[in-house]
Amino acid sequence: MELFTNLALGFDVAFSPFTLGLAVIGCILGTMIGSLPGLGPSNGVAILIPLTFSLGLDATQALVLMTSVYYGAMYGGRISSILLNIPGDEPAMMTCLDGYPMARKGRAGDALVLSGVASFVGALLATIGLMLLAPLLARVAYQFGPAEYFALYMLAFTTLGGIGSNNQAKAALAVCLGLGIATIGVDSSTGMTRFTGGNMHLFDGIDFLVAIVGLFAVSEVLVFIESHGKNSAIGVKLEKVTIPWADIARTKYTMLRATGIGFVAGLLPGAGASLGSFLAYMGEKSFARDKSQFGKGDPRGIAAPEAGNNAAAGGALVPMLTLGVPGSGTTAVLLALLMTLNITPGPTLFTERPEVVWGLIASLLIANVVLLILNVPMVRFFSRVLQVPPWILLPGVTLVSFVGIYSLTGSYFDLLLMVAFGVLGWFLRKMDIPSVPVILGILLGGHMEVNLRRAMVLSDGDWTYLVSSGISISLWILAILGFLAPFFFRDKLKIPSQNS
Amino acid sequence: MSDRITGLIVVVLALAYFASATTLEEPFFADPLGPRAFPMLVAFVAAVCGLVMLLKPDTEPEWPKLTTFYHLMFAVIALVLYAFALKPLGFLASTALAGIAVSYLIEANARNAVMAGVALSGGLFLIFKFIFGLSLFALPRWLMG
Repeated sequence: MELFTNLALGFDVAFSPFTLGLAVIGCILGTMIGSLPGLGPSNGVAILIPLTFSLGLDATQALVLMTSVYYGAMYGGRISSILLNIPGDEPAMMTCLDGYPMARKGRAGDALVLSGVASFVGALLATIGLMLLAPLLARVAYQFGPAEYFALYMLAFTTLGGIGSNNQAKAALAVCLGLGIATIGVDSSTGMTRFTGGNMHLFDGIDFLVAIVGLFAVSEVLVFIESHGKNSAIGVKLEKVTIPWADIARTKYTMLRATGIGFVAGLLPGAGASLGSFLAYMGEKSFARDKSQFGKGDPRGIAAPEAGNNAAAGGALVPMLTLGVPGSGTTAVLLALLMTLNITPGPTLFTERPEVVWGLIASLLIANVVLLILNVPMVRFFSRVLQVPPWILLPGVTLVSFVGIYSLTGSYFDLLLMVAFGVLGWFLRKMDIPSVPVILGILLGGHMEVNLRRAMVLSDGDWTYLVSSGISISLWILAILGFLAPFFFRDKLKIPSQNS
Repeated sequence: MSDRITGLIVVVLALAYFASATTLEEPFFADPLGPRAFPMLVAFVAAVCGLVMLLKPDTEPEWPKLTTFYHLMFAVIALVLYAFALKPLGFLASTALAGIAVSYLIEANARNAVMAGVALSGGLFLIFKFIFGLSLFALPRWLMG
């Protein structure tokens, strides 16, 4: 019953005309951002965050707007995967495998509608899962002390390093880079400054939004400059859009299975939507009796990754809201938003600010319906967005990033820092060092250190305190397994290819 | 080779970070761990990662050709100049110039680049000023009196 009271509260917040309007605008913006190649949920949300502050929204409204953009971008990512064979964002990569071949057969419209419906099923069920699971997890999270939180952060970093990358050493290095950056500035426990080199601008530490926009958006511009001309894909024309009822009916169980896999993948702190779509696709392929059509435009190969990545997007919100540990790059960006709004995610969020949590959940349910409408009957409009030429899109991204950060801090030093992070992001990408762990390190580094030091205060410097409770021991075991697993499964984690 | 060089740089940087952490003063009323331990732990793990990269490098990444590399340098220089110019030059001129530079580097078409730069600068100014309510100065302050 409590659930319904809470949900009623949520819908009360979400159905105010202004909030509803924000959700719709967020969905439209998000779908556009998602469908643009090179702009995805993480960098799209990142460049919009500074701007939402200047709109003077309250916490719930800002969160509704940005999560609608997030969900929208998850839906939109498939459009360029299917029409251009270029994933609009990383989680949409698996959709290329069967989506583009299906479009090449003259069934682009069918592929878009089918993937839109699959996205809807995945996202809707995952939002319901979030609704049921998050309060339960929040109750468990009440028992978390500093030792448990420290172990949880370790789990987030090792699963990210383990599953999310090709090379453990590089992923771990990325985490260290982020943690190291987080130590710059005033040490909150003693009030002394560390690693500032006497530079006044660094006393407050490095603003994580500066780092995020630099690593995600500015580096993308550099990557585009490097590859200009090379990525000119042969687009597929979108003919008449009809609803492929037969394919939808045939893939209904595929969607459900993929939603389950994706949701669980999203729950893992640090793993995220890319893993969700990957596992959903591979799971469906191994489950299928006739595998011959995979990679050639099999409807199951479109429905599975799309349901999977959207379910993972919802699942990733669970650890983010209840524990303050994001499950993906984009939820890391959303965590940055929460922290800037002075909202501390965690179990207390559910009791102290129920209107934020339940308003968000209700808005997500509404956003899903809006997104289904936008992405099925109106998909033709969004496919036009793909025609925005890069020579106007990317300068636009650059300029919006600059103005956003400038409006936030008003300092040229932060702009320079952002450019530096852009160069760093480009270099990391070249070196195959993932940049999401860097962000996560910057975001969580402060908390991780504070919790470690608190644990040491409580135990009077006894390190075994870190593994003294059942919860922390299980988290450590999971963390170690998460880090070691890829050594054994490396061959199975290879992305299959199209075979048209 | 790139992995080996980067690994070496990482090891050196991690050692420098470690050394810098050891010089931090331990305040009198510090907690048992103090401000040094966490950075030292991070430095240690980073150094191990650097060593692994040094000893077990991945396949060589595809570095850009020299001309592309120059383009990237130009882009970075343009963005740095933009950061310095935004305040003294005013929004419109500096943003248009930065837009033109980035656009031209993405596709070397002067007409398109000028169009993109000018249109973006004007359009974004209107959006930011009147929808988002940011206090932007269109022109250099000495011109606005």
